Amino acid sequence: MIDREQVLHVARLARLSLSDDEVQQMAGELSKVLGHIEKIAELDLDGVPPTSHVVEVPNALRPDEPRPSLPRDVVLAAAPAVADGGFLVPSPQAG
Amino acid sequence: MTDAVALTAAQAAAAVEAGDLDPRELFEAYRARAAADDLNAFVWVAGEAPGEPASGPLAGVPLGVKDLFCTEGVPSQAGSKILEGYRPPYTASVVARLAEAGAPLLAKTNQDEFAMGSSNENSAFGPVLNPWDRSRVPGGSSGGSAAAVAAGLVPWALGTDTGGSIRQPAALCGIVGLKPTYGAVSRFGMIAFASSLDQAGPLTRDVTDAALLFRHMTGRDPRDSTSIGLPEEVRLPSARRLDGIRLGVPDDLTGEGVEPGVMAAFEAALDRARELGATVERVALPHADYGLSAYYVLAPAEASSNLARFDGVRYGLRVEADDLLTMYTRTRHDGFGAEVKRRIMLGTYALSSGYYDAYYGRAQRVRTKIAEDFKAAFDAVDFVVTPTSPGVAFELGAKTGDPLSMYLNDYFTVPMSLAGIPAISIPCGLSEGLPVGLQLAGPAFSENRVLDAAFALEQALGFDGSGARQ
Repeated sequence: MIDREQVLHVARLARLSLSDDEVQQMAGELSKVLGHIEKIAELDLDGVPPTSHVVEVPNALRPDEPRPSLPRDVVLAAAPAVADGGFLVPSPQAG
Repeated sequence: MTDAVALTAAQAAAAVEAGDLDPRELFEAYRARAAADDLNAFVWVAGEAPGEPASGPLAGVPLGVKDLFCTEGVPSQAGSKILEGYRPPYTASVVARLAEAGAPLLAKTNQDEFAMGSSNENSAFGPVLNPWDRSRVPGGSSGGSAAAVAAGLVPWALGTDTGGSIRQPAALCGIVGLKPTYGAVSRFGMIAFASSLDQAGPLTRDVTDAALLFRHMTGRDPRDSTSIGLPEEVRLPSARRLDGIRLGVPDDLTGEGVEPGVMAAFEAALDRARELGATVERVALPHADYGLSAYYVLAPAEASSNLARFDGVRYGLRVEADDLLTMYTRTRHDGFGAEVKRRIMLGTYALSSGYYDAYYGRAQRVRTKIAEDFKAAFDAVDFVVTPTSPGVAFELGAKTGDPLSMYLNDYFTVPMSLAGIPAISIPCGLSEGLPVGLQLAGPAFSENRVLDAAFALEQALGFDGSGARQ
């Protein structure tokens, strides 16, 4: 139901590289799980509103006041690479 | 000190209050037990007792915390290699709240990676063993918390439940686990799996401990705009009878696929409920059977979005590459385990162009129907009761090759998650020498009533959990 090309397409969307074996295995496993999920296609859901949040809460607003955030050096301490007070990453251009 | 660890958390707190127990000795006794853990239940154990003597209503009774709760300066990896070495610069609200109430952090507990799993076999730290039988799984995803509480290595612990991740391991380890109403507890500082479903809750030796810990967890938090708290204070349960209480067993959610020994223990527990004055009737939840299918669209979809943040830029693992895109894709390939990749793929597929309406949109509508089913059911009965899990703890490796059979473990717990309602699992007997859990669910924000009914049943059942104690 989901083939190799689709797996590769979705992996690209998900920013995930997969080995050939993983692509093969993923196609089989996802097909099986999607086969089970297809069960929801049986239901007549016309006019049923979607639920994105189960408990009704009004918009949670707070005063828009400046407050201190975490110190920059504390946040950068967790990063794999930093430079000039920011996160260092490789070039977006393929080498 | 063997006496101190034999006490429940509430008893230990009372002993400290009465001056009969030194909280430092209590912490040290558990620290030594946790450090000697051979169930692989912990990923980090405190090196020493906190400097300040604990004060507050929880009286220094130490706490186990699932790895995915951020704890300042203490490793917090959500069981994943992609967060290798991560020590957060802040602490999750619920952990901070409990520390203020006097429950110091003793240990971080092992879990399925990003809380995705029902057996705790998906952890970068390796599987947790079930203290009842070390060849079996403890359930998941809060398997480390459940195993540690069952074995008496911590007095109590925090878990999180997205589709059953507190209740199912509680059932498989013979302890109590409460999934609160969505919004009862702040999610701030929990490493997110599926934000519309995730809830933190207690895993404890008994219902009283669950009520006591939950009392100090709940509350609105300005840093989680979906948190509401409870409209009333959590009471310690005291009910001895169930007179006039109507228990509903869903027609559409029993029978097939349930092990006979589980069904026998469940039905014996219903007989005890009748003896306490309850009536047991059938109740219709016509869409509950579709819960699992809807859940395995919604939760992976939300996960695929939440887990986009793990890209090797700001924290955790980075696999170097010459260009940015290759760095992202290789980091995610090496950092995520097989189940997490599967769910990211499933969720990304369900949200992708051309499939959104058929999967995500439909699943959200099924969710509405399931919530409506429960609302109608609670017009007829006070609580819905089911077995927590279709089977007892299974052998390690028994289901790892078949994701779908693993997902079916969540069959009874997922509908309550989708409806956002509270549900508790209590041990109700043994099958083949292994614990069986009974799940009791009530309307949103009915935790006090749920805890009371569970307490009455617990007292009547008299389950003996000492088989797992070390």
